[in-house]
Amino acid sequence: MNTQQPASAYFLEDNKDPIEKHTLSIVVDNEPGVLARVIGLFSGRGYNIESLTVSETEHEAHVSRITIVTSGTAEVLVQIKAQLERMVPVHSVADLTVTGEAIERELALIKVAGEGEHRMEALRLADAFRARVVDVTQNSFVFEITGKSRKVEQFISLMQPIGLTEVVRTGVTAISRGPEALKV
Amino acid sequence: MNIKAESETMTANAQEAEMMTGAEIVLRALKDQGVEHMFGYPGGAVLPIYDEIFQQEDVEHILVRHEQGATHAAEGYARSTGKCGVVLVTSGPGATNAVTGLTDALMDSIPMVCITGQVPTHLIGNDAFQECDTVGITRPCTKHNYLVKDVNDLARILHEAFYVATHGRPGPVVVDIPKDVQFATGAYIKPDNIEHKTYKPRMEGDASAVEAAVEVMMNAKRPVFYTGGGVINSGPDASNLLRQLVRMTGYPITSTLMGLGAYPASDRQWLGMLGMHGTYEANMAMHDCDVMICLGARFDDRITGRTDAFSPDSIKIHVDIDPSSINKTIKVNIPIVGDVGTVMAQMIRAWKARSGQPDEHALQNWWNSINTWRNVECLKYKPNKHVIMPQYAIERLYELTKDRDTYITTEVGQHQMWAAQFYRFEEPNRWMTSGGLGTMGYGLPSALGVQVAHRDALVIDIAGDASVQMVIQEMSSAVQYELPFKIFILNNSHMGMVRQWQQLLHGNRLSHSYTEAMPDFVKLAEAYGGTGIRCSKPDELDDAIQKMIDTPGPVIFDCVVANLANCFPMIPSGKAHNEMLLGEDVSDEEVGSAIDKEGKMLV
Repeated sequence: MNTQQPASAYFLEDNKDPIEKHTLSIVVDNEPGVLARVIGLFSGRGYNIESLTVSETEHEAHVSRITIVTSGTAEVLVQIKAQLERMVPVHSVADLTVTGEAIERELALIKVAGEGEHRMEALRLADAFRARVVDVTQNSFVFEITGKSRKVEQFISLMQPIGLTEVVRTGVTAISRGPEALKV
Repeated sequence: MNIKAESETMTANAQEAEMMTGAEIVLRALKDQGVEHMFGYPGGAVLPIYDEIFQQEDVEHILVRHEQGATHAAEGYARSTGKCGVVLVTSGPGATNAVTGLTDALMDSIPMVCITGQVPTHLIGNDAFQECDTVGITRPCTKHNYLVKDVNDLARILHEAFYVATHGRPGPVVVDIPKDVQFATGAYIKPDNIEHKTYKPRMEGDASAVEAAVEVMMNAKRPVFYTGGGVINSGPDASNLLRQLVRMTGYPITSTLMGLGAYPASDRQWLGMLGMHGTYEANMAMHDCDVMICLGARFDDRITGRTDAFSPDSIKIHVDIDPSSINKTIKVNIPIVGDVGTVMAQMIRAWKARSGQPDEHALQNWWNSINTWRNVECLKYKPNKHVIMPQYAIERLYELTKDRDTYITTEVGQHQMWAAQFYRFEEPNRWMTSGGLGTMGYGLPSALGVQVAHRDALVIDIAGDASVQMVIQEMSSAVQYELPFKIFILNNSHMGMVRQWQQLLHGNRLSHSYTEAMPDFVKLAEAYGGTGIRCSKPDELDDAIQKMIDTPGPVIFDCVVANLANCFPMIPSGKAHNEMLLGEDVSDEEVGSAIDKEGKMLV
């Protein structure tokens, strides 16, 4: 008795399994509505999307790659993968968190406004984080930074007191290490 | 159709291929897919297709009175034949009216292709007359859907739609065709070499998993087969293999609502349906078993009750063609992804190849326990001389129709559960009901679809007085096409199941579950051009049913039954399989307090 089952209308107690964060890489046919289909699955079944990136990766083959960072219990994550795999335009799905240490990067553009000492401090920090200056005015900078989400977040929080006015981020994109490629 | 999709090949093909209009392509594709019947309703955005229908004789079009009726008719047609149901509706309201039937087909895995008209391509997004975002609306309620923007893609998409609808776990597919695409001229390609680029469901089960499953089955002491609609979807071979496998092992078998008929109800190994309104013996066997062999069923919440107390001590084997059904609600020990028929054939081979035998002594003990549970006679009800008990009505209907070529459909509610409990199915594809979505109004149009496919059979919609009124206008289609199906209404003047739940959960306050203005069903039948029969006395019931059977043409049978009968046995919400409420001896107080506070939150 009292074995916790994955999910059901008949949960009388909340599932207390730990929530994990996983990065999924999904190869899809680049057909109209395919992104709506994938994110509709997430909203329809109550799964989380923490970050989402999508772009065509093979123009000739009409194939796109969707990278989704999602969170849930281990069982929910397995279910998410199975639900994605059975969608008609989905070629393959890889859970990069399970398959091994994948390389994860995101890009952010960060606008900082300020004068005097604040400008110097902003440039010093940007240099330390290897952020590039992509726009300059008399009283502002736009920095471009790439790296792991944690590094981007740290950079943003350091810029906060200096005069951060606007941030845009691409969300995480990821690829596995080693020679193996995800099946198309 | 992987290569043909490439644009260059497409152009090359186009030169050899026959050129025709989009509307002609639709009819040609249907013909080449072997479609004989379709259900539909015309409108502005599908007029070119209707014009083609007018000029051909290969595909018979059945005109319904509401698009929901078309979808359920296609479901009944598909479920009773194993073929793909085809629906044709117009844009906007035509498409939105089809949504209920599409969702129903998705939940119950019924193969269906639904062609919807759309406003011309240049008007899409313009809030045009009778425009709606059909692919957007139907995306979550179809297995897949398409918006055809180029007439040269139309033939490929239609063939692909049939492939997707009927392969793997079946389901509904929508093809949305703008009106200009129906008029435009393009190349027709034949459905040869259909192979989908990405959708390739796995048929064969993993050999080592099958081997492991058979090993566990062979060593079982308290085994049970738990089968579902997947066996029926897999085709008649799967039902034959199931019979072979179950008889070979000598193990007991139960089934979900959707799986009834795959195994004959008259067999001594049959325990009856399981689940919320399943039999005592089936649910107790599921709870106490040590090996559960789940074939083409999905551990729906109507089956499991509370999951933390579901069959706590069993090794679970789960065969399903859809990997996402495995470990979704219940963790299983041996998952096997594959077509249930193919996997059963593998199991039978593996079983025969083994030298061992199951433990006969243990099995004997198991059957003894099962027989004790059977002796509880959970379906017993108090007979009544003055009022027709609903259970009695189904029993008599069964006795008087069992030796005929009979198909049964139902609506949703108490009558559906009584039909499942008291009508005994010997063959697959004879039982059409809305299981997953629970759509009131399913039964009447579904019977229409069944009768179109089986003109000479006796088709009966076992209905409730509330459900039947939801899509009752299809009675008019029945008269038009001389489809002589019978609508057998268990009329208790209430939404019986709603009333039962109000008694269980809400202090018997019958909020809006009583129909104060019931139509005269006999006159209604006559108004449509059919025959109406009313019966309210138990001793007149047999003659009345016989009269219904003997009447040519459609009949509405108003069977006036006991108003306040409850459907038992029942696993109350939030309870385990071994905590069933049994029918005969339950007092109204017990019914009122059967569900605790937490259970009331559940559905």
